[in-house]
Amino acid sequence: MAPPRLRLTGLHSALAGPFNLSVDAGECIAVSGPSGSGKSLLLRMIADLDPNQGEVWLDEQPRSGIPAPVWRRQVLYNAAETGWWHEDVAPHFQRATLAAARALVPRLDLPPDLLDGPVLRLSTGERQRLALVRALVHDPTVLLADEPTGALDADTTALVETVLGERMATGMAIIMVSHSHEQACRLGHRQFHMRDRHLHPA
Amino acid sequence: MTPILLHPGDIAIASALILLDAALSVALQLRLHWQLGIAAARMVLQLVLIGFVLRAVFALGLPWLTLLVIVVMVAIAGREVAARPEQRLRHFGNHLVGGAAVAMATLITALLALTTAIRPHPWYDPHYAIPLAGIVLGSVLNGGSLALDSVLGGVVRERAAVEAQLALGAPFMRAMRGLIRSSVRRGLLPTINQMAAAGIITLPGIMTGQILAGMDPLEAAKYQILLMFLLSGGSGLAAVAVVYLAVWRLTDDRQRLRLDRLIAKQHGPKP
Repeated sequence: MAPPRLRLTGLHSALAGPFNLSVDAGECIAVSGPSGSGKSLLLRMIADLDPNQGEVWLDEQPRSGIPAPVWRRQVLYNAAETGWWHEDVAPHFQRATLAAARALVPRLDLPPDLLDGPVLRLSTGERQRLALVRALVHDPTVLLADEPTGALDADTTALVETVLGERMATGMAIIMVSHSHEQACRLGHRQFHMRDRHLHPA
Repeated sequence: MTPILLHPGDIAIASALILLDAALSVALQLRLHWQLGIAAARMVLQLVLIGFVLRAVFALGLPWLTLLVIVVMVAIAGREVAARPEQRLRHFGNHLVGGAAVAMATLITALLALTTAIRPHPWYDPHYAIPLAGIVLGSVLNGGSLALDSVLGGVVRERAAVEAQLALGAPFMRAMRGLIRSSVRRGLLPTINQMAAAGIITLPGIMTGQILAGMDPLEAAKYQILLMFLLSGGSGLAAVAVVYLAVWRLTDDRQRLRLDRLIAKQHGPKP
């Protein structure tokens, strides 16, 4: 049997955990739970964006032996609140990834010229999809998706799920926070419920 | 030409202008007359006091005493830099950042001037060292506090943008690049304005003072030019130091953005 893609061993902080979890290549873990229960905290701790103790293993390599930026590019956290640091959309993509972004954009029902416009003109749903594109063009090994379709209607949600499904077929693992039970059932191979900052199998 | 010395009576006549302001405040119900009176009284007291202190320090000419006066001035300026921003770094971080930056910027600029351009004998002559440190401090305080306010306020406002870059694998310093730039720029703007306006819109204080004290206007202008260079150097150094020290306090060995190091105003990570 192949070793797990991602493994959490005693991952905890003063605020949440401990978490122990194994995720296989191509597997999607769906995490649900009330606001403030610690779902985003868990994803942020795995990405090493918040202080935490314990260990995370990527293909059996310990996180502590990998520089933080390298780790985050492979175990990529896609926040619910999208962040932008340039006026226009295109500079948010590296030159090398812009072509991949142009290929992905129409698949999420986004007009291709959106990439050449300013961020200010984007709707919340467009921002959310573009942020996902920005994450996926890095080809992460694990995607930590925080409410990836929170601002999207049913049709667009289906497009996003199709793209995520294709990535999983090539080995990408996903830990997804979702408020939608249906989405958790559609995408999630296993479902967990976050309660009082602890993870319980659902 | 010797300076025209002022007598207390001359100053008393000028103080009639404060009374005029106070009368205006009463007449127009501005309710400023008390504040005005207290501020004027404070100003007179502070200046007379510093006059006496400096006279004594100059007369004694002791190096350690000169140093003590400058250290006190630096400490007060450092506190002011720390107090301006709305955001505070924990564990007196603002004070450490402000104090270190102010001390470094003032020391470098003042020492440079004392050992190269002005060159009094001895170089630490309090006649030169203290006023020079004082005027450099004013500019350093201005640049440092604006830059610190900008970087601490900016990092809270732009948290999502910084963290999005970190999450995509950017090193911390690259994720902070835009913020660092805009904060240093903010600290430098007042000096640039000051230099651009000097001599056309305003006659700078030092030059005015020296002309009033009987110095040739061209000589006074040369002094002012030297000081402007020192001031811009000082505030530039202070702005850069404040920003990099603050940024360094806001990260850790795993290149995270540690907003928990700011005194919380609901900016903790969203659970």
